[in-house]
Amino acid sequence: MIKVENLTKTFGPKVAVNDVSFTVQRGEVLGFLGPNGAGKSTTMRMVTGFLPPTAGRVTIGTHDMLEDPVPAKRLIGYLPESAPCYSDMTVHGFLSFAAEIRGLRGNAIKTAVHRAVEMCFLENVLHQSVDTLSKGYRHRTCFAQSIIHDPEILVMDEPTDGLDPNQKHEIRQLIKRMGEKKAIIFSTHILEEVEAACSRAIIIDRGTVVANGTPQELKRKAPNAGAILLRVNGVAAEVVTGKLRAVDGAERVQLVKDENGTVTARVFPKSSANGEFSKAVGAAAQGWRVEELHIEEGKLDEYFRSITASDTAKK
Amino acid sequence: MSNSLGNITTIAKRELSAYFASPVAYVFIVIFLLLTGFFTFMVGGFFERNEANLVSFFLWHPWLYLFLVPAVGMRVWSEERRQGTIELLMTMPLTPWQAIMGKFLASWAFLALALALTFPVVVTVKYLGNPDLGVVAGGYIGSFLLAGAYLAITCLTSALTRNQVIAFIISVVVCLFLILAGWPPVTNILTKVLPDNRWIVELVSAFSVMTHFEDFQRGVVDSRHLLFFLSVIGFSLFSTSVALRSLRS
Ligand SMILES: Nc1ncnc2c1ncn2[C@@H]1O[C@H](COP(=O)(O)OP(=O)(O)OP(=O)(O)O)[C@@H](O)[C@H]1O
Ligand SMILES: [Mg+2]
Repeated sequence: MIKVENLTKTFGPKVAVNDVSFTVQRGEVLGFLGPNGAGKSTTMRMVTGFLPPTAGRVTIGTHDMLEDPVPAKRLIGYLPESAPCYSDMTVHGFLSFAAEIRGLRGNAIKTAVHRAVEMCFLENVLHQSVDTLSKGYRHRTCFAQSIIHDPEILVMDEPTDGLDPNQKHEIRQLIKRMGEKKAIIFSTHILEEVEAACSRAIIIDRGTVVANGTPQELKRKAPNAGAILLRVNGVAAEVVTGKLRAVDGAERVQLVKDENGTVTARVFPKSSANGEFSKAVGAAAQGWRVEELHIEEGKLDEYFRSITASDTAKK
Repeated sequence: MSNSLGNITTIAKRELSAYFASPVAYVFIVIFLLLTGFFTFMVGGFFERNEANLVSFFLWHPWLYLFLVPAVGMRVWSEERRQGTIELLMTMPLTPWQAIMGKFLASWAFLALALALTFPVVVTVKYLGNPDLGVVAGGYIGSFLLAGAYLAITCLTSALTRNQVIAFIISVVVCLFLILAGWPPVTNILTKVLPDNRWIVELVSAFSVMTHFEDFQRGVVDSRHLLFFLSVIGFSLFSTSVALRSLRS
C-alpha cells in the first residue's frame, strides 16, 4: 500500500532524510522510531504529500504522490505532529468539515462524524470550541479527523503524545485493531508502544534507516539479549565472577550490582544462548543461595540506545 | 470538475463560518458602514452637492478599502501557517488552487456582503432625486472589483508570512502604491517633473486602481478596466500558489 523508495530531503545544506526506503502492506502496523531530529516527521510529511522530496519516490496504492497527488491523498488519513485543528470551529464543525472535504455528503457526514467521535471518546466536547480544548482532547480531535473517512492508509506522527495513560492504552488498542485491515505508519518515542501495537518497526537515526524488523527481531539484537542474569546472596563478588568466568562457553562476565551481600552478575555466552549454557551456569552456582537465574530477552530500548548515536545518547 | 467545485465550496463555507464565528466580522461590517456614511455625508458633502448621484459615496472606496480589505484578508493564509493547519489542508484530497480559490471567494463574498449593506445610501438618493441606476450599478461593480483586487494582493502577502500584522502592513503599502500611482496630486507632480516624458506618467498611472475605478463611477463598464482588475486578481492568486509551493520545499 505504501512504497517509499530512496527518499531524500535536504533543507539547505542540512540532510534531514537520507535515502530512506521501506514498504508497508495492508495489515501491517509500522512503528517509526528514532531520536529527536532523526527525520521521522519529515519522512511522514513526504509520504503524505505535504513536503515534496528532494529525491526519491512515494507510491500510495497505485498512485505516485508527486504525479497524482489527489487520488493518493484520498487514500490517506494523516495526524500531523502538532495535531493542528481549526481553532475557530467547534469539534463537531471541524469534523464535519473534514468529512466533507474528504468527499462525504449529507447523511454520510453525520454517520462518519458519529463514528469518529465514538472511537475517540469526544462526546463530552462535541460542541465545544476547539480553542478551549485541553491538549489531549485537541490531540484526539485531530486523531478523529484522520480516521473520519475510514482510510486504507493511516500516517500518524506521535498519536499518543499528550494523552493520559488510559487514553494512550485505548488509542494503542485502536491502532492495533485498525491495523488488521489498514496499512499504518506511526511514530513514537514510547518503546513499549511498539511492542504493544506494531507488527514491524523501523529505527531511523540522522536521516537513515538503521534497523528494520519485527519488535522481537530487534529485541534479540539488543546487547544483553541471550545473556544469563544471575543473582545470588551471601557470596563475595569476586568468587561469583571468578567461577562464572570459568564456565564452559562463557565469553565475559559483567558485574551488575554488589549490594548488601547480594551480587548480580551477567554472563555472556560465546555463541547464542541455549539450554546447555544455562545449565552450565546453573551448575556453577550450585551451593549458592540463588535468587534469580534467567536468560535475558533483550530490551528494545537497550537496542535503540546501542544503535542511535544522537547527541544525547553519546553523553 | 464538479468535484473541484465541491472542494472550493467546502473550503469557502469553512472560511465564511470562521468569519462569523468571531465578533470581528460584525465589528468590521459596522465600522465599514459607519465610515462610508461618515465620508459620504460629512466629508464628501453629499447634501451640499445637491446632485442625485453617488459620486461622494464611491469616491472614498479606494481609501476605505485600503485599510479594511487587508484587515479582512490578512488572516487567510498566515493564520493557516501559524496554527499549522496548512499541513492538514495540503494533505487533503484537493489541489492548492482549489484551496486558494475557496478562501479568496469566501473573503470576497464577505466584502460583497458589507458592500451590499450600504444599500440605504442608494435608497436615500432614490428618495431625494432621480439617480441613474445604471451609473449606480456601475459604481457598485467597480467597487466590488476594487475590493477583489486589494483582497487578492492581501492573500498573496498573507501567504508570505505567518504574522498577520506584517501581512497587513505589506498589503496596505502595496495597495497604497496602486492608489497613488494614478491619484491626481501625484500624477500632477510627475507631469511637472517629467514634462517631456508623458508616456512614463501614463504607464505608471495605468497600474493605478484610481485610473480604472474612475470610469466605473461614471457608470461605464469598460472591458479594459474589467480586464485590469481581473488580471490583478489572477496574477496575485497565481503568485499565492507559487508562494505556497515554495514554502513547502
Ligand atoms: N522546514 C525545515 N527547515 C529546515 N530544517 C528542517 C525543517 N523541517 C525539519 N528540519 C530539520 O530536519 C531534521 C529532522 O526533523 P524532523 O522533524 O523530521 O525530526 P523528528 O524525527 O520528527 O524529531 P522529533 O522526534 O523531535 O519529532 C531536524 O534536524 C530539523 O531541524
Ligand atoms: Mg517529529
